[in-house]
Amino acid sequence: MTLAEYRRKRGEPVLSEEELHAGDSHEGHPSALEYTQIGLFLAVVTAIEVALYYIDLDHTLLVVILMVLSAVKFSAVVLWFMHLKFDSRLFSTLFVGGLALATTVFVVVIAVMGGGLA
Amino acid sequence: MAAHAGTGHLETSTGLDNKKLLMWLFLGSDCLFFGSFIAAFLLYRDRSLEVCRDLLALDPTNTASCVFASDTTINVSGQTFMFEGLWDIPFTSVSAFVLLMSSVSMVLALAAIQRGNIRNMQVWLLTTALLGTLFVAGQAYEFTEFYHAGLHLDTNLTGTTFFVLTGFHGAHVTIGILILMSIFVYSLRGGIQQKHSLNIELAGLYWHFVDIVWIVIFTLIYLIQP
Repeated sequence: MTLAEYRRKRGEPVLSEEELHAGDSHEGHPSALEYTQIGLFLAVVTAIEVALYYIDLDHTLLVVILMVLSAVKFSAVVLWFMHLKFDSRLFSTLFVGGLALATTVFVVVIAVMGGGLA
Repeated sequence: MAAHAGTGHLETSTGLDNKKLLMWLFLGSDCLFFGSFIAAFLLYRDRSLEVCRDLLALDPTNTASCVFASDTTINVSGQTFMFEGLWDIPFTSVSAFVLLMSSVSMVLALAAIQRGNIRNMQVWLLTTALLGTLFVAGQAYEFTEFYHAGLHLDTNLTGTTFFVLTGFHGAHVTIGILILMSIFVYSLRGGIQQKHSLNIELAGLYWHFVDIVWIVIFTLIYLIQP
């Protein structure tokens, strides 16, 4: 007996056939042209990052700008290329959960043991 | 999972495909894997400087462990030591660009099979694998250059943490290339149809993940230097 059958037997709600395959739906996904435009945007952001590296900016300001640009690229790939923007929220929860845990470990290690970006 | 009678569809208790769920779970856990290595690099990069300073204080000719990412100047007992940094930002920028573009070709491969265009999917898959190979080749070149410049796995903590972090990332990319080539060869033999698009999507999720890890490494390890 599957978990779904068990839940149905107990009178608990079980996802319908349409809902079951909602996760495999490609409706709303960007077109090939939109993917190319996002790729172009990512290339431009990378070029800006490299240009900033050679500009004589205040170090703290440089770190903040580079991290923001990196976060923008990261988010663009995750949301559009990995379809997290269009897929089930359960996938987002799993990934963001792991990412949040990794970020926490990262911040705690750097804060407690020294080192860092400065 | 159990088949729905007469429909041929599979049912899961979550209503989502278990393979995709497992892939996202794996990627979430892999964030911790790389997060720990990046933290270790940032933590020990500065320690290498301190160890070098201590060794120079004992013996000013002992510069073997003084190999750094960026140009570094150390003052010890009135003496100034200058060390040239190893990082080649223009070269690494091109590598980062190549991996970024491989993500674009990967998502175009997925878009192609979702439209039922197997031929285009094959072209984009092959393009992705070639760009990935170019990235790994660039990494092998960079490792060789660093090795000849004196940065080995056991030179200092910078070398240890850098080679472990980027080496594991390179291994991930290499596994991704093998997955892509397996799918490509299988599709040439007619084994991939539009109904198998989920398999391409799973390979794509893995590939995009190695790309976003490099986005973080490129910024934190290469562009932001002390």
